[in-house]
Amino acid sequence: MSERSREKLAARFREFLAHDNVIDQPTSLAAYECDGLSAYREQPLLVLLPENVAQVCKIMQVCHRQRVPVVSRGAGTSLSGGALPHAEGVVLSLAKMNRILDVDVLSRVAVVEPGVRNLAISEAVRQHGLYYAPDPSSQIACSIGGNVAENAGGVHCLKYGLTLHNILGLKIVTSEGELMEIDQRALQTPGYDLLPLLVGSEGMLGIVVEVTVKLLPIPRCARVVMGVFDSVEVAGASVADIIARGIIPGGIEMMDNPAIRAAEDFVHAGYPVEAEAILICELDGTEEEVVAQIEQVETVLRDNGAVETRLARDETERLLFWSGRKSAFPAVGRISPDYYCIDGTIPRKSLATVLSGIRQLSAEFGLPVANVFHAGDGNLHPLILYDANNPGELEKTEQLGSRILQLCIEQGGTITGEHGVGIEKLGEMCLQFSDAERNQFHALRECFDPLKLLNPGKAIPTLARCAEFNGMHVHKGQLPHPELERF
Amino acid sequence: MAAIPAADIEAELAEQVAAVSATGGEVMIVGGGTKTFYGEPIEALPLEVAAHSGIIDYDPAELVITLRAGCRLAEVEALLAENRQMFGFEPPHFGEAATIGGMIACGLAGPRRAYAGSVRDFVLGARLLDGRGEALNFGGRVIKNVAGFDISRSLVGSLGTLGVILEASIRVIPAYQQEITLAFEHARAADHVKWINQLGAEPWPISASCWHDGQSLLRLSGSEQGVAQAQAQLGGEVADSPWQALREQTHPFFAGDEDLTRVAVPPASGDLDYDLPQLIEWGGAQRWLRGDLRIASLRKRIEPHGGNACAWRGHAGEPRFQPLPAALLKLQRNIKSSFDPALIFNRGRLFTRR
Repeated sequence: MSERSREKLAARFREFLAHDNVIDQPTSLAAYECDGLSAYREQPLLVLLPENVAQVCKIMQVCHRQRVPVVSRGAGTSLSGGALPHAEGVVLSLAKMNRILDVDVLSRVAVVEPGVRNLAISEAVRQHGLYYAPDPSSQIACSIGGNVAENAGGVHCLKYGLTLHNILGLKIVTSEGELMEIDQRALQTPGYDLLPLLVGSEGMLGIVVEVTVKLLPIPRCARVVMGVFDSVEVAGASVADIIARGIIPGGIEMMDNPAIRAAEDFVHAGYPVEAEAILICELDGTEEEVVAQIEQVETVLRDNGAVETRLARDETERLLFWSGRKSAFPAVGRISPDYYCIDGTIPRKSLATVLSGIRQLSAEFGLPVANVFHAGDGNLHPLILYDANNPGELEKTEQLGSRILQLCIEQGGTITGEHGVGIEKLGEMCLQFSDAERNQFHALRECFDPLKLLNPGKAIPTLARCAEFNGMHVHKGQLPHPELERF
Repeated sequence: MAAIPAADIEAELAEQVAAVSATGGEVMIVGGGTKTFYGEPIEALPLEVAAHSGIIDYDPAELVITLRAGCRLAEVEALLAENRQMFGFEPPHFGEAATIGGMIACGLAGPRRAYAGSVRDFVLGARLLDGRGEALNFGGRVIKNVAGFDISRSLVGSLGTLGVILEASIRVIPAYQQEITLAFEHARAADHVKWINQLGAEPWPISASCWHDGQSLLRLSGSEQGVAQAQAQLGGEVADSPWQALREQTHPFFAGDEDLTRVAVPPASGDLDYDLPQLIEWGGAQRWLRGDLRIASLRKRIEPHGGNACAWRGHAGEPRFQPLPAALLKLQRNIKSSFDPALIFNRGRLFTRR
C-alpha cells in the first residue's frame, strides 16, 4: 500500500482516535514489527491504540468497510508470532485498555480490560485472599487479552487448569464491528459453548475487549520438595507414581542437566549441577494436608531412586527453588547467543522416548538442546541453542524444532501446548490435521469473520501452504500421508 | 468386572450418514436413550450409535481415558473406580443405558460441577462424524493443547447437532480419600446463598452444596487431614449423603409431574422470589423451581443479570431453552451449517426449527 493510502487511512482513524493513538511514523512503527518471536518481522501500515470499546467497534467498522486486515496485540509476548503484523494491515494494540473494571469479592470474579497484565489481577485481589490461577512464565508482562487469545497455561495447569478453565465471560468485537457478549457466570448457557472456540483462537474470531475472570482463594499453605536424579527416565517415572497415588501437585516441573546448569549459573538457586534431572514439586492446601502429602511425595521420590530430596525450609527457599525454573529461558539466553523455544505436549509415558529422540536429533543437527518440562501435564519446552549470526543456523534450528514436534505427534501428542501456532507452526499444523479438519477450521472461522480480516495468515494453514510444507518434508523419497490429495 | 464391549462400527455409521446426506433426509442420533427429554422433541430416522463401543486407551497415571462414545457411562465409571479415579463433573446417568456420547452431547453435570468443573472442562479431544460422513479429529489426548480451534470442547452440550461423536478423550481425577456431608440450618434461600458464597472465599475442600426446605448441606472431599480439619472448623451436623439422589434426580424434590424449571444464575444472585418449592445447588448457580410459573417472564427478568431458564419438565408450548439474542442465534446456526451443511443431524433439537 502506498504512503498516500497510509496517510488517508490514518486521517480516517484520527477522526475518532487521539492523534498520538494512531501511529504512522516508520520509526515508531518499528517497535511493533515483531512479538516475542523476533525471527519474524513485518512493518504494519498503522498501529492503533484505542482507549475504549466504542473505539474498537469503530476501528473494526472502518477496517471492515475498507477490507483492511487487523492484527490484535496485547503485550507482544507471544512466542509463536501470533501478533506479527500484516504489511497491508493495522495492528490493533489493546495496551491502553488496561483497567480493572470490577472486583466482586462475594462472587469471586473480576472484570478486566484486555490490556491488564496477568500478574496485576492477582496483585489487585490479594488483599481479599484471592488470586487468578493461570501463571504463564511471562506473567509480569503478558496481558489477559493475550492469555485469552492463546489459552495460556503456566506451571499450575495440572491442578488449576488453563485460561479457558479460569474465565467466566468475554466481550468481543466482531470483524464487522459489533459487540458480542458471552456470559457464563451462571455456569450453564443455552446454545453452543462459544468460549472454547474463542479462547485460544489467536485473534482470528474476534477482538477481546473485556474478560471476566474467576478468582480462587489463595491456598493456606504451599511447600516445595526437590528431587535430584541421575536419570531423566527415573525422574519421569516418579511423576507417574506421584499421580498414581492420587496426589495432584499444585505444580510439578522437570529440568534436565543443561537447563539445571544454565539456571544455577544465573540465579544460584542451589540446584545440583551434576544431576541429570531435577523435579520441583509443589503441594498446596491446608497445613495438615500438605505435610502429609509432602511425606508421601518424598517417599515416592526416594523409592524411585532419587539421589536426594530437598524440602524447601521456608517461603524464601520455596521461591528460590522456583526462581531457577521460572528463569530457565533467560538463563539459557545467557549461555547461548540465541535460543529457540519449542512447545510440544506428549503423553507423560512417552517422556523417555521423546527425550532420547531429542538427544539423537540434537547430535544429528549439531545443536545443543536444554529441556524444561511441565511434567504434570506433559508440556515439553526443548530450548535449542544456536547463533543467528552463523549463516543458515536459524533455518537449521527451525528444522530441528520441526523434527521435535513431529516426534511429539508420533507419540500421540501435539505441536503446541501453550504457545500457540501463530506464524511459527503453520507447517506442523499440516502434519497434525488432515485437509478435512483444516477445512472445518476455516469454515468455522468464516462463521465469525467471513472476509478473513482478523489476523490473516496465522494459526490455520491453507491447503496450498500445506502442500508446500509437505513437499519440503519428503522422507526417504516418500511424502508423508501419501493418501491425501494435494494441490 | 465384565469387560466393556469393544466394537468399531465407524464405517457403518459413516455409510449411513453419507446415504442420508445424499437423499436429503434427517436423522436423530440415539445413544442409550436416557436423556431424550432434554432439548426440543424431534422426530427423524434414528441413527443408533450405542454399539460403537470400547476403551481405546486408558493409563491411569496419564489421568486421561480415550474411548468410543457408545461405552456405557456406568461401566466406564466402574472401570475408573477400580483405579481409584473418577469423572470430576459427576455426570447424571438417568438410566443404566446412558452412554459417554450422550454425556458429552447433553453436557449435564452433577453436584460437583461448581467445584471441580464442567463436562467441557474435562474433554480433551474428540472424533466427530460430520454431515458429509467424514470423520474428523479435534483436540487430542493430552492436557495442554492449543493446536487449532478447540472444537472438541464445543461439542459438549451441542445435543448431537454438529455430528456424531465417535470417540472422546476425557481427563479424569483421583477419587478422594475422604468425604463427609454436613448439615446447617438456613431458614431462607437468601441466607444460604450468602453463606455459601462467603465460604467460597476460603480454600475449604467443598465438593458440593445444596439448600432445600431450610437446610443447607455441604459435602467436603479431600485428604483425611484436610476434611477432618475443615469439619472441625466449620461445625455443622454430620448428615446422610443426598448427592447421589440429587445427581440422578431421585431426591423427593424432583418427584411428581409438576412443571420443573432449571434456573441458571450467577451464584451470588438474589432470591428468585417465587412462592414455590425450591432446591439450590452449585453454590447458588443452579436453582430448581417446582410448580406453575410463567417461564417467559422469568427469562426476561433474569437475562439482564446473566441468567437463563430451562424448561426441564412441563411448560407445554414453551421453548426448552432460553432463546438466544438474534445475532448470537445467527452465528450459532452458521456454526451448525459449517459442520452439517445439509442439516441432517438432530435438526430442531437445540434451536427450534425455522
